[in-house]
Amino acid sequence: MSHFLEFEKPLAELAGKVEELRRTTDAGGIDVAEEVGRLQDKAQKLLAATYAKLTPWQKAQVARHPERPKALDYVAHLIQGFTPLAGDRAFADDAAVIGGIGRFRGRAVAVLGTEKGHDTETRVKHNFGMAKPEGYRKARRIMELAGRFGLPILSFVDTSGAFPGIEAEARGQAEAIARSIEAGLEAPVPFVATIIGEGGSGGAIALAAADRVLMLEHAIYSVISPEGCASILWRDAAQASTAAEALRLTADDLKKLNLVDTVVPEPMGGAHRAREAAMDAVGNAVAAALEPLLALDGASLRIRRREKFLDMGRTATL
Amino acid sequence: MNWISEWALPKIKTLFGATREVPENLWHKCSNCEQMVFHRDLERNLRVCPHCGHHERMGARQRLECTLDEGWQKIELPKVPADPLKFRDQRRYSDRLRDAQSKSGLDDAVVVGHGTIDGQPAVVAAFEFFFLGGSMGAGVGEALVAAARLAVLQDAPLIVFTASGGARMQEGAVSLMQMPRTVIATQMVKEAGLPFIVVMCDPTTGGVTASFAMLGDIHIAEPGAMIGFAGARVIEQTVREKLPEGFQRAEYLLAHGILDMVVKRGDMKATLAQVISLLRVPEVPVFPALAAPSAASESSAA
Repeated sequence: MSHFLEFEKPLAELAGKVEELRRTTDAGGIDVAEEVGRLQDKAQKLLAATYAKLTPWQKAQVARHPERPKALDYVAHLIQGFTPLAGDRAFADDAAVIGGIGRFRGRAVAVLGTEKGHDTETRVKHNFGMAKPEGYRKARRIMELAGRFGLPILSFVDTSGAFPGIEAEARGQAEAIARSIEAGLEAPVPFVATIIGEGGSGGAIALAAADRVLMLEHAIYSVISPEGCASILWRDAAQASTAAEALRLTADDLKKLNLVDTVVPEPMGGAHRAREAAMDAVGNAVAAALEPLLALDGASLRIRRREKFLDMGRTATL
Repeated sequence: MNWISEWALPKIKTLFGATREVPENLWHKCSNCEQMVFHRDLERNLRVCPHCGHHERMGARQRLECTLDEGWQKIELPKVPADPLKFRDQRRYSDRLRDAQSKSGLDDAVVVGHGTIDGQPAVVAAFEFFFLGGSMGAGVGEALVAAARLAVLQDAPLIVFTASGGARMQEGAVSLMQMPRTVIATQMVKEAGLPFIVVMCDPTTGGVTASFAMLGDIHIAEPGAMIGFAGARVIEQTVREKLPEGFQRAEYLLAHGILDMVVKRGDMKATLAQVISLLRVPEVPVFPALAAPSAASESSAA
């Protein structure tokens, strides 16, 4: 853990003190083990207290934490023999959307994800997780492939949204997203989507029109970013925190609205503090969601998926 | 999704300026060529400027009126929970919604009607841009699902006239879910072997474009209509480039292979009738006059 968020300042200060004391000890100074223990205890309590009542805006920051596990981390951790597939067969390979085939706990699956990257080089390579039409067309192609070979689809969603660019519009960004949603709804195989970080609008639903939608405890899922909403409705991007509250974009609220099926608890202090444990928890939740779907045939899956989405919004209210 | 800039600002201007109802405003200034048009002439010309051919925005009811033959019927739309998030920005969403309802006399931003187009049955849904920027929340999604069901029930094609700033932000992720929900509506129509025709009007953007609107069997747009996914301002800020001339306009989309045709409002009904006939009526009787010239001269001689 090296990157502290703005609201984690008191935690950062405590961690700094512990570090300082340790250095004193290492340098042969007085034994401060007791003091270090006391401070660490205090830090743990503060961490638990802070994360027990994160505001929606704080959650947005945690969801975007640079050290939070990204789609490729989940693939590396949960998928054996991952064989990446590339390209939309028409224009290009879009690295913002990753996809391929592999084994999840022994079962052959198709995997999709939006990848933000974890450092400057990979962020640029993956275009910060903002896909272009070729990315959604690649997703659609892989979903169709999965359907033909009976492979369940697992997706890991983490994107601020589809890329807003001139070329993207010229090549049919809207059509590509619409077709990707359609491919998800039509897939004759089980489809489990997990919102692992940021579920940004159309770019997210393109990979999440699934039988079961899981969402990490501190992930966000929204029709527009808090900043975007604030600048439109409040005419002031600085009102992002207020907009984040109003949008009800947290996992708990979405579960209450029946728009996601399962909230996956994160390790104390967020997925970025215990990456492996967080990814294991997602693996278990995905396996639990997938299991009952495996018994259903393609036609039943499609009918149920359709009904699930048609029911949404008819009753959804907080 | 930037319906505020598209909708609220002009709306505010209308509020403080003169509205279309006030008597002194019998003249309409074309928003393109700025020439004055007598309002009755404008309405008679289907809100197309007689000077420059600019297509002004048109309300949903008028749209149904000029698309369907006389005797068409509006359907009651299913009720959905209003204001699912108890959303409040500078105003309560519930208040905005009530205002829009009382001003428009509509429940939400879509009107659905059924009837015939040149004698052929059709279900038509039209977006009302003047209702919260035609934004898509649960009410709009449900209306489109209802329209699709009706089309299947009546064995009639579904035609949707879009005019929307995108998803209705005040319904948060509920509005996002209208994307898959309306995609399902298109699937129901297509599975029944019925044509799904989209007519994109100014503007069609965001979540509306990126869902049912781009899944038509036939894509038509009105001249000059702004159609796209991301807002022009957002794109400009992201790529820091000047946008090309005519970017995201109907003609630009036609050139980029996203539309089948750009059709003037005055030709719309005939075009729809023609497309529906070609897709639905496998064979029509051929008049001798059209079959072969020699046969024609014989019959005229007889």
